[in-house]
Order: sequence, then C-alpha cells, then structure tokens
Amino acid sequence: MIGRKALAVYRKELRQIARDRRTLLILVFVPAFFLLLYGYALNWDIRHIALAVEDRDGTGDSRALVAAFVNSGYFDRVADVQSPADIDRLLNLNTARAALVIPENFGRDLVNGLRPQVQVIINGDNANTATTVMGYAASIVQSAGAALFEGQLREPPVSIEPRIWYNPELRSTLFLVPGLIAYILMITAVISTAISIVREKESGTIEQVRMAPIDTFSFMVGKSIPYFLISLTSAALIVFAAMLLFGLPMRGNWISLLVAVSLFIAGALGQGLLISTAAETQQVAFQAAMLSSFLPTLMLSGFIFPISSMPTALQLVTYVVPARYFLVALRGIVLKGVPIAVLTPQLAALTVYALAMLALASVRLARERG
Amino acid sequence: MRRLRRLVWKEFLELRQDPRLFVLVIIAPIIQLTMLGYAATTDVRDVPVVVADGDRSPASRELIARFDASRNFTVVDTVTSLNDVDAYLQRGTAWVALAIPTGYGAAIHSETPVSLQVVADGTDSNSTTVALGYATSLVNDYAQELVSRRAAATGVRVPGIDLRLRIWFNPQLESRYFMIPGVLALLLLLVTANLAAMGIVREKELGTLEQLNVTPLRRWELIVGKLLPYGVIALIDVLLVTAVAVFWFEVPLRGSFWLLFALSLVYVLCTLGLGLFISTISDTQQQAMMTATFFFLTPMIYLSGFIFPIENMPRVIQYATYLIPLRYFLVIVRGIFLKGLGLAWLWPQAAAMTAWGVIVLGLAVARSRKRTG
Repeated sequence: MIGRKALAVYRKELRQIARDRRTLLILVFVPAFFLLLYGYALNWDIRHIALAVEDRDGTGDSRALVAAFVNSGYFDRVADVQSPADIDRLLNLNTARAALVIPENFGRDLVNGLRPQVQVIINGDNANTATTVMGYAASIVQSAGAALFEGQLREPPVSIEPRIWYNPELRSTLFLVPGLIAYILMITAVISTAISIVREKESGTIEQVRMAPIDTFSFMVGKSIPYFLISLTSAALIVFAAMLLFGLPMRGNWISLLVAVSLFIAGALGQGLLISTAAETQQVAFQAAMLSSFLPTLMLSGFIFPISSMPTALQLVTYVVPARYFLVALRGIVLKGVPIAVLTPQLAALTVYALAMLALASVRLARERG
Repeated sequence: MRRLRRLVWKEFLELRQDPRLFVLVIIAPIIQLTMLGYAATTDVRDVPVVVADGDRSPASRELIARFDASRNFTVVDTVTSLNDVDAYLQRGTAWVALAIPTGYGAAIHSETPVSLQVVADGTDSNSTTVALGYATSLVNDYAQELVSRRAAATGVRVPGIDLRLRIWFNPQLESRYFMIPGVLALLLLLVTANLAAMGIVREKELGTLEQLNVTPLRRWELIVGKLLPYGVIALIDVLLVTAVAVFWFEVPLRGSFWLLFALSLVYVLCTLGLGLFISTISDTQQQAMMTATFFFLTPMIYLSGFIFPIENMPRVIQYATYLIPLRYFLVIVRGIFLKGLGLAWLWPQAAAMTAWGVIVLGLAVARSRKRTG
C-alpha cells in the first residue's frame, strides 16, 4: 500500500526533476567536474617558494649556500637585492615570500669557525606556509653548514628517522579528496531537497498534496528517493574519478564504503527536507541550507582545519556536524583500510543523524499538512 | 529621485516582511565569523603522540618529558614495543608514534649517535608535515644542547652556520590573523551575491517584475533601487564583522579603516553585479541558487587563495584566478589588516576589482535590457 503511493510521488518528483535539465545536470555531473578541478588545483605541497637573495659577501661559500637553497627544489630565486628596503618592497608586493640575507665576511668567518649568522626573513601572513618554509630553511642551512665542513662535523648525538604510514609521499591530494567528496555530497543533497517542498508551498501545489490521499511517510519516501538515487550516482562518479585521476587507493571494503555513503546521504536528504518544511520561501530555505551544510562541512568537519586545534567549546560543536563522522569513516576505509568494526562509533553516529533528520522532517511535515 | 526612493523603500519593506531573512543577513554573519574565527585555524597544536619506550631509562623519560612539555605535542600513552602503536594510528587516537630503541640511554651516555624512529599517520598530510617539523626541531634542539654541554666540558668549538629566522607581519604565526580578514571577504560574497540574485529572480517568478517594468521607472533607477538595499546591508555587515575581528579576535588593523571601508564598497559593487548577472541568466530561484553556488561561489572560495595558496596551483588555474574578484579583495584586506598597506601598494588590485565590477554590471544591464526590451 505505502509502496504504491510512495512510488507515485517518486514518479512525479522524478518527472519534475527531469524537466529542469539544468538542475539535473548540475546534480549529476558538476560534482565530478568539481572533483577534477579542485583535485588538481588544491594542495598544500609547498614548492617554489619565491626567494629574494641579498648576498653581501659574494664569495664562493656564500654562493654555495644560495645554491643549496635553489637546488633543494623548494625555493625559486626570484630577485637579487641590495638593501633591506628592497626586501620590504618585495614582501609587501608578495613578489617574494622569503628573503635570505648573507652578511659580509660570511666566507671568512665560516673558515675561521666563527659560526657566521645568516638571516632568513619569512612573510608570516599565512602561518602554515611560514611554518613549513621555516622548517625547510633550517634544514638547508644545517646541511649546507655540514657540507662545507665535511669530515670535521660529527653526527648529531640524537636524530630522527621519520616513517610515514598510509600516505608516504604526504600528498595533500589524498587527504583533501575524501573531504571534497563529503563536501560535494553534502551540498548537492541538502540544497536539492531543501527547496523541493518550499517550491510546492510557493507555487501552491502543496494544497493538492495535502488533499491527496497520501500519508506523510509515503510522501517523504517518494520525495527523497529520486534525490537519493541521484546523489548515490554522483557519489559513485566522484569516487571512481578520484581513484582513476588522483590515485586514491581503496584499501578497505566496498560494502563498508557503500554503507557509510548511504547513511550520510540519507541524513543529508533528511536535513534538506527538514529545512524545506520549516522555510516559507525558497530564499530562506536556500540561506538556511547554505548555513547548515556548506559552512559547517567546510569549516568544522576536519576537512581542512584539524579539529584537535580548535578551542574546546568549538570541538564540542563539531560533534553535531555529520561530515565529521563521515570523513573519519571515509578516510579510514579508503586510505587506511580499517575494518568496519573500528568505525562502529562513526557509523552509529551517522545512523542517528539520518534517523533524527528524517524523523524530525516527518513530524514537521505531518504538522504542516494538518 | 523620488521614484528611486519609493523603490528602495519598497525593497526594505519586503525585506522586513520576512523576519527570518533579516536574522540571516544580520545575525548570521556575526555568528559565522565567531565560529569561523575559532575554527579556521591551520595551527597544529597538541599533536597526540604515543611513545613506544623500549629503553625505560632516565634518559628516555627525559626525552618523553620534553615532548609532553612542548605545547605542540601531548603524550597520550606509553607502550613497550613499536608493534603496539598500530591500533593507536588506525583509530586516530595518536597521529605520531615515537619509538625509543633499547639501549638509548646507554648510547646517549657513551656519546654514540643514536636515531629515534618516528612513525606518522600521513592521512592529514598538512598536519603531519608540520608535526614532523616540530618533532625534528625538538630533537635537533635537544641534540644541540647535548653537543654544547659536551663542548662546554671539553672546550672545543663546533663549526657551522647559525640561522636567524625573522617572521614579518605575523610574528606569532597565528593563522587566525590570516583567516579572519579572509572570512570578511567570504561572508560579504555569500550574503550579497545570493540575496541580490534571488531577490530579482523572485520578482520574475512571481511576475511582479513585469509590473515594475511598466512603471515610469528608468532602467538604471530600477537596478539601483533593487541593489541599494542589499548594498546597505552589506556595509552594515562590513562594520559588524570588522568590529568583531578587531575587538574580539584582536586581529591588528594596521592600515586605514577608511580605505578598507571604501574598497569594501567597490567589492560589494562587484558581488552585487554578480548577483544581478546571475539573475539575468536564471528563470527560477532554484536555478539561480544552483548556478550561484556551483558555478560562482564555490570556485571563487577555493581558487581565490582564501584557504589554498594560489602559488601552489597548476599554472593554467593560476591564470584563471585572475578572473576572481575575491582574489583581489583578499590581497587588499590582508594587506590592510596585516601589512598596513595603503593605496600606493594596493592600487593594482583596486583597479582590477573596479574594472571587474564595471564589466559585470555592464553585462548584467545589457542582458536584462535585451530580455525585457
């Protein structure tokens, strides 16, 4: 019984979506296109740092130090300057991100074992890039110093031998792509359903729905299934594109992935429907959808900004952001290949989210229909 | 002029009729800025470390204490062998595992070089790079200390080069100082472009645009009248958001506030022009919001340098970013806030942004004339 009615609503909704070609195309293909664009464009792998050089010594040793910077592959020598004022200008214009200042008598002091001091000035506006540049500069200066004194310098008493798991080349793409998948899915699912009921309210067709002999549950199911299928299709497209183009590995289990993705999409659709029942105009629905999906997924999910660095109060807020759980599950399955049992807390949280959103939306819709 | 005033009044009345919209436009940006101001930090602090201490000597405990005392690391647990760290890394309860080999204390004592193994979870490549940097410099400092302790004992000088690092504009390396001015630019774009686009498409959908078209309003009056209220809201947002940034987050405003305000005006001209343009290429509000979100706002946010440095992008995409007004405005707000730059430095960005605004407004006006005329 419920099945037939839900099917009727489903057909009606599907027809309506199919009629608006542009929206359908946006929902299915744009996500994959996005992944392509952003997967290539976005990364934190800091290379080619624009370096200005002020060499006041001009000896073989000072040139060797400059060469060590350039040959490291991290720095591009963009300018040779004569005075601190030039450095000021280049850093203000963002032409250079860092400057290397080698003092007079660098070569002589070095030979005499006087430990000459070189200066590296870094534009600190982007704290993260600056930290990385600091690390590069420190290790280049250290190893250049050692190279110029080959044989005389002993091995340091303690050193570190790093080993990196799951993503040995530390490619930021592998970290960002799962985040992009979550972000794109969240937006398409929430926004597409957020307007689906408001639109009927605005155009008055909600009255007809109210009159029709359909129970709220069938109506909800029929409304959301087309969007669920569309979102699942576009999720599959994105995941395959990520694997083909960006070498995203699949170290875990496909079934676990399907479960995680389905739960996440179901929750997002429920959230969209909830907004749709609460809002009176599409404008409000849209703004609410943006505020509740777009920004939290971007900022509070651990997609870009590490949650553990946030203040405690805000860390508590992140517990209600569903993408937070989805991202842990997704990265765990795809990058680490962890068994599903390890992800039980995340999957449980996603289930709660999906059930809560769908239930709230049903209750509101039932009240709305009187 | 009176006709224009009437139209602006009508727009404000419409905005007021939807109190929820008003809340979204005025209250939401402040909440968002506060949230984002705290959330948008790329600082890596308190990295959870699990230590596999195979030595259990006073020397190994001294090293562990150094890690724990640093604000960059928190030691979450100590285990005996490297095999036990797997579970921590899989669950994500630790990002880094530090392995101290058996015989570490004896090696330090007998001045034999010893190496520590550090295993890092590379999933979050960014935080891992930073965390490894911290670990390396912590151990280097420790090594340096041991060397100078011995040098002091034997009286031998160690040759080499000293490095003095100087960080300009943001010496404490607070990522907040970089992100918050960016959030100002982002919020203005999100609020104004969307509102303008949907406000106009709604009249189209409802058919009231026709009514406005047959009134004696001139075209420019119609456009100015529709956009002006959103412009006013945007400027109120600028004041609110700047106040929160300066007084709450204590981001230094080193440049001129008036320059910031004036250039924000130019920027809002661009975003409103963009909204108007989107409204001319959309028939329904759904289309307008999809087009705005997917084709304009998202690319602008990601490709403008708001979060991801433009210089890291492939060359082709770097050129494409010149088409994004947010790119110029980000340089402007960050330049004014952090570097205290004036128009003498920022005029190329200001000029590019003005040109962008004029072109997009021109396009939008031309398109709307063709349609209705």
